[in-house]
Amino acid sequence: MSVKDSVPSSKLAMFWSLTKPSQSGLLLATGLAGYMSARCPVFNISTMLQLSASLFLAIAGSTIMNMWWDRDIDAKMGRTQKRVTSKGLVTDKEVLMVGVIISVIGIGWALAMDWLYGLVVFAGWFFDVVVYSMWLKRRTCWSIVWGGISGAMPILAGRVLGLGAIDWIGIMLALGILLWIPTHTLTFSMKFEKDYSDAGVPTFPSTYGLAVTRFTIALSSVLAAAAMVIAGVGIGMDWGFLRLLGVLSAGLLMLAVAMTFNPTERVNFGLFKYASIYMLASMILVVIDVI
Amino acid sequence: MKLSASNKTLLLLTTLLAAYQVAVGIDGFSALPIIAYTIAFGVMLIAALLIYILGIEVLDSPIVVIVSTIIPLSLAVGLVWQHLASVRTPFLVFAIVGFFAVVLTRSIPLQNRLPVIVIAITHGVAGWIIFLLPIIVSVQGATKPLFFLVGIGGVLISSVGLLLSFYRSGKPILAKEQIMSLFPTLLFITTALFVAGFAFG
Repeated sequence: MSVKDSVPSSKLAMFWSLTKPSQSGLLLATGLAGYMSARCPVFNISTMLQLSASLFLAIAGSTIMNMWWDRDIDAKMGRTQKRVTSKGLVTDKEVLMVGVIISVIGIGWALAMDWLYGLVVFAGWFFDVVVYSMWLKRRTCWSIVWGGISGAMPILAGRVLGLGAIDWIGIMLALGILLWIPTHTLTFSMKFEKDYSDAGVPTFPSTYGLAVTRFTIALSSVLAAAAMVIAGVGIGMDWGFLRLLGVLSAGLLMLAVAMTFNPTERVNFGLFKYASIYMLASMILVVIDVI
Repeated sequence: MKLSASNKTLLLLTTLLAAYQVAVGIDGFSALPIIAYTIAFGVMLIAALLIYILGIEVLDSPIVVIVSTIIPLSLAVGLVWQHLASVRTPFLVFAIVGFFAVVLTRSIPLQNRLPVIVIAITHGVAGWIIFLLPIIVSVQGATKPLFFLVGIGGVLISSVGLLLSFYRSGKPILAKEQIMSLFPTLLFITTALFVAGFAFG
């Protein structure tokens, strides 16, 4: 259920909405794809289930902690003022407690499974909650880089769990996600520029203007596609799937060029949506290739 | 114009079929046909995806004429390379020159009929090849009988191209709404016929 569409009725539903299920689900999917890029899932069901649970809890925990920390600015922004934290439907103490408990369980479980995997999961949580939200979000528009690094950790964590080490393919997969995230965050910051301005949150559009923001989105999309293709080659992806990844990347490149030289609201929205489909398709290709 | 749920479904299925063809359906071919078919089905895939995301109005863009030239030309190049070895190189040259001629005549404002003539020649030649060649080689027994489906797909995609060309030239055969609502169905059937033709032919 989308938090901005309606208000959940039960307490459980309220806290579920605080986990941003779609976003957390997508990040979890990247983690699973990262794991499957190193291990065949069919023979590792128990580990897969534990990975899913621990990673989802850690991601959901960090998301709830963000909601708790940003409740004052969320209340000022039209896009987020229907969240249960903004409307005061749950107390600050409750949100903090749930966020901490879920985070501790998720990260603890991850550490118990494998210390390096747990460390990467913790790094993702730390970059998201402490570095991005608490430290930089209200100070600089460059905070999105740290938010991006945090978003890139699940896929790296998954690969680390499958492999037992950090390798260049894992870094490249993480780079693909890191470079893809600005497509989302910067599009949002353009669409809701006034909201962010009212809340006093510095953004790329307010700091550097729309042209630079559009160019940044286009450049990061192209680099994200390049990173995914390089990772695909590194994984040893089937030649046919690489061709398909190349085709999807060409589509992303085309929209990025259109956005740079002929920017319109429509092209902007198209790139935003296409980039999401692109990333989902990339993850599916990684998974199918292993299966 | 809002896309209906059935049209959205057809566009998604078109995307999946084209993706299958790029990833699996052309394995085992030699390098140039693989490149040519990857371009053709890749453009179909991205076109279907963009119509799904941005709506059918995306067809109003002037770039559609150029993009829609890529599909028949690259398909024809692949087919000629595989089944008409004697004219491989001349046809490849024709396709490259034809494509750049379309790009050029569509990029520079020209008052004469040259852009229409260029489109007619490139689409016409490529269209006839996609239509006739699969049927001829399947009748001759050089391929399995069902390869003729590629030719039927060729007829359909030419119809789509004609509908769009007449619409864009201001002399529509069908009303805009009819073309727009038919387009996802035609694109899906065309892609399905191509994929089936290559898979079973």
